[in-house]
Amino acid sequence: MRNLTDTELAARVAQDIPDGSYVNLGIGKPTHVSGYVPEGREVIYHAENGIIGVGPTPAEGEEDLELIDASKRYVTPAPGAAYFEHADSFAMMRGGHIDIAVLGAYQVAQNGDIANWATLDNTFPPAVGGAMDLVVGVPTILVMMRHINRDGSPKLLRECTYPLTGLGVVSRVYTDLAVLDITPAGFKLVELTAGNTLDEVQALTEAKIHT
Amino acid sequence: MDKRLPDLASAVAPITDGSVIMIGGFGSSGIPFGLIDALLEQGARGLTVISNNAGAQETGIAKLLKEGRLAKVVCSYPRSPGSIWFERRYEAGEIELEVVPQGTLAERIRAAGAGIGGFLTPTGYGTLLAEGKETRVIDGRGYVMESPLHADFALLRAENGDKWGNLNYHATARNFNPVMACAARHSIAEVRHLSDEPIDPERVVTPGIFVHSVVEYGVRP
Repeated sequence: MRNLTDTELAARVAQDIPDGSYVNLGIGKPTHVSGYVPEGREVIYHAENGIIGVGPTPAEGEEDLELIDASKRYVTPAPGAAYFEHADSFAMMRGGHIDIAVLGAYQVAQNGDIANWATLDNTFPPAVGGAMDLVVGVPTILVMMRHINRDGSPKLLRECTYPLTGLGVVSRVYTDLAVLDITPAGFKLVELTAGNTLDEVQALTEAKIHT
Repeated sequence: MDKRLPDLASAVAPITDGSVIMIGGFGSSGIPFGLIDALLEQGARGLTVISNNAGAQETGIAKLLKEGRLAKVVCSYPRSPGSIWFERRYEAGEIELEVVPQGTLAERIRAAGAGIGGFLTPTGYGTLLAEGKETRVIDGRGYVMESPLHADFALLRAENGDKWGNLNYHATARNFNPVMACAARHSIAEVRHLSDEPIDPERVVTPGIFVHSVVEYGVRP
């Protein structure tokens, strides 16, 4: 099997973000997407903790300890950036002002359900953050994740088994093995990572992949 | 009118056992570390803390957890890199946790400060976090009824303050501080610069009417 690395996957997602978009990147893998915007496009990144226009990482020694993104990484303001408080930040998200959100997930179901805040392990504290607000307010929800769990179990399912973050909200899923759209029929293949066959990817996917 | 206090200890003196306390900040940005240390020193226990996170390593809220001062945490994201003290208390069943979606947390706090009795939000509809709550369908879309979140005290971190209690903030240290200032019965701000001169009204972010005391704490973490 040919697996995209996290940075290759981020670069792939970045290809699909149009010029002029306002984008929220979830914590973890999705934060890498901002490093791969194709030349000539201006994309404005929103971080839920109160900045729109998230710029590059500061040079070492130039960090401002009170200027971070949602992943708690030090950032800089891009030209045209603004700071604001939390109620305004979530008005941007819930109120439909952000165009695209890229999220990580534990599980995605064929009907577009997403689970990314809690597991079935009661000793593991749940942590929802801004995910439930994003999935109800942002029209395009892209998910970026590994195709399967470390133990080999599938993450692309007929139905999620973990508690849901949102119902029927995912537009497209990018994994290390394939890109899949959510359609009324279920998962539909957009592309396979070069070197993989549909049969190989289907074998690692619980839900049916339509072509 | 003069809301300035000479030190952190006098600012946190009114806090009693069992108080509900909002604490500003997100990650390590905009957290009133000075006031939290003073609260630890002051000794109040059985506290409920409302904050976005539950502290990391042995700083801020994590210190309060380590010393066993908290009975309950209301937050959106308790599990952060290094949130060892929250995880330890949670696994041992020593802390009550209420997880609230972050936007709902901000809006419940805003509602309390603005005199709103509750609101309908699509966030969480159909999920575990809406269980047991009143719901409504409006124009085909599901909404969850959420209630205001009040507090006895708010501990805030700001960049500039004046003797009238006006505040402004630095970069992403603003986060929950302005909404929390409005929602508590008694709001206490530690500020990096406390000025004898009034802040330019055009530069005030939190008007002093929402703030009850201001104390200078120059250290920026």
